[in-house]
Amino acid sequence: MTDSKPDFETLAIHAGAQPDPATGARATPIYATTSFVFDDVDHAASLFNLQTTGFMYSRIMNPTVAVLEERLAALEGGRGATGCASGHSAQVLALFPLLSTGDEFVASNKLYGGSITQFGQTFKKFGWTVKFVDPDDMDAVRRAVDEKTKAVFTECLANPGGVVVDIEAMAKIAHAANCPLIVDNTLATPYLLRPMEWGADIVVHSTTKFLSGTGTTIGGAVIDSGKFDWAKAGKFPDLAGPCAAYHGLTFFETFGDLAYTMHCHAVGLRDLGPTMSPFGAWITLLGVETLALRMDRHCANAARVAEFLTGHKAVAWVNYAGLPANKYNRLAKKYLPKGAGAVFTFGLKGGYQAGIRMVEGVNMLSHLANIGDSKSLIIHPASTTHRQLTEAQQIAAGAGPDVIRLSIGLESAKDIIADLDQALNRAAGN
Amino acid sequence: MERTLSDRMNHDSYDDDYVRAILKKVRVIAMVGASPNWNRPSYFAMKYLQGKGFRVIPVNPVAAGQEVLGEKVHASLKDIPDKVDMVDVFRASAVAGPIADDAIAIGAKVLWMQLGVRNDAAAARAEAAGLEVVMNRCPKIEYARLNAELGWHGFNSGIITSKRRRI
Repeated sequence: MTDSKPDFETLAIHAGAQPDPATGARATPIYATTSFVFDDVDHAASLFNLQTTGFMYSRIMNPTVAVLEERLAALEGGRGATGCASGHSAQVLALFPLLSTGDEFVASNKLYGGSITQFGQTFKKFGWTVKFVDPDDMDAVRRAVDEKTKAVFTECLANPGGVVVDIEAMAKIAHAANCPLIVDNTLATPYLLRPMEWGADIVVHSTTKFLSGTGTTIGGAVIDSGKFDWAKAGKFPDLAGPCAAYHGLTFFETFGDLAYTMHCHAVGLRDLGPTMSPFGAWITLLGVETLALRMDRHCANAARVAEFLTGHKAVAWVNYAGLPANKYNRLAKKYLPKGAGAVFTFGLKGGYQAGIRMVEGVNMLSHLANIGDSKSLIIHPASTTHRQLTEAQQIAAGAGPDVIRLSIGLESAKDIIADLDQALNRAAGN
Repeated sequence: MERTLSDRMNHDSYDDDYVRAILKKVRVIAMVGASPNWNRPSYFAMKYLQGKGFRVIPVNPVAAGQEVLGEKVHASLKDIPDKVDMVDVFRASAVAGPIADDAIAIGAKVLWMQLGVRNDAAAARAEAAGLEVVMNRCPKIEYARLNAELGWHGFNSGIITSKRRRI
């Protein structure tokens, strides 16, 4: 098998998970250990100097987490991956090798609301400045990105707006300014979209969502394509210059296309500390094995629900990129031919108050702030996930007062539709 | 797999079996451009390969006569008194030609050029003389990849197997 290219479904089950070398265990063991013994002082020194491969301490790397890392790297078509504690920590880790105090990056203003708050508010404390731009307007993106820009960050399929971003165009703009394109691929998953095939250099995930798939564990990942030339760009001293924390070692020169992922582990996880637990990695691996099957069903159910909502009298609009009349349908066909995902929004004719009645009126759908679960989920973003934003920001992010977000699960489409129908009728006061 | 004709050899991608066979049969590696400085990439590769049972002989005219990781540094390949199986080129692509000629002259069986080093003319001469050639790869990374170590650090090894691999 080593020389042919296995298909996605095969990689989702096998990549990274050979039988355990110590015991022959076929399922991936949970290596619940903080630390690993050194053979001798010289072995310890080699490990601390990054001169040899091996395990030291589970804050930096762990055999169970490593299986998930290699699995996700394989599924995204990347060179390496870094597992971490959450999707939010993945975003910090992804930018950490690229930005220092006083640096700038450009991000889509249609990102998930939690990302907008993290980038726009919390990152100020690091001295990182974000410039938000509308990804529907590539001229605006082009104007915002310049030589000072250290990264361009976007989702392709965005949460919650049902927005699809032209990431191929965005990659070209980023590369013209010698900076990498980072794509949050949480909503699409590598089954529906592999951003690196369109020019993305780095992919981040909240593995909490479809990858683990059953709403059981929080996690994140950063995947590197290994293709970005950190030295040629001339503005990434953490990767292409000597690293004081490792006695002047130069990551890019020493590790080549492994440099970014090495840095994420050896500096990012080591010094920021947002480690994924081996148990969390193990649960996530269980989910990833069935990703292809689940995403097909998620998408099929979502398409049926979107169609139902489009015809409902209490519904003002439905923003699902899989619908032929949707303004993002052309981009969805290009980037998401297997399905436009299972998270989307619709608007209620009754506005904010109807939104509140709607989420309180469902019986089977769960009113909670997550997506990508086997269970169908519903939320009114303006009163929950996006409430920190101004109304203008809410509308820009597709989370205005009348908006309901759905994450369609794996129950029968008939039952999901029946629950939505009764809640819609109640919200409309029928 | 038998590979002798240079015009059939694809140097953009190598079969895992080809690289694996080279790393299996090679025991003594002459590392041209090996640095005595511990934080240089060549030092990392030398130390790692020593740990995996390879003998690595450093070649570096600037450091000739010094000792690196227990091995005497030689000024050139031709100064090495022992038999060398493989020459590992830690030098710029442009100067790989004379190194390839020396590798042929001392009877090495493999010419390996490091990650970022590629010289097709030098490769063709070495292959015509019966050497196997690998370019733009690191033996440390390839060894780790083929022996299930690279995945420990979250890297995509490209290997799918249901066979237990002992470390």
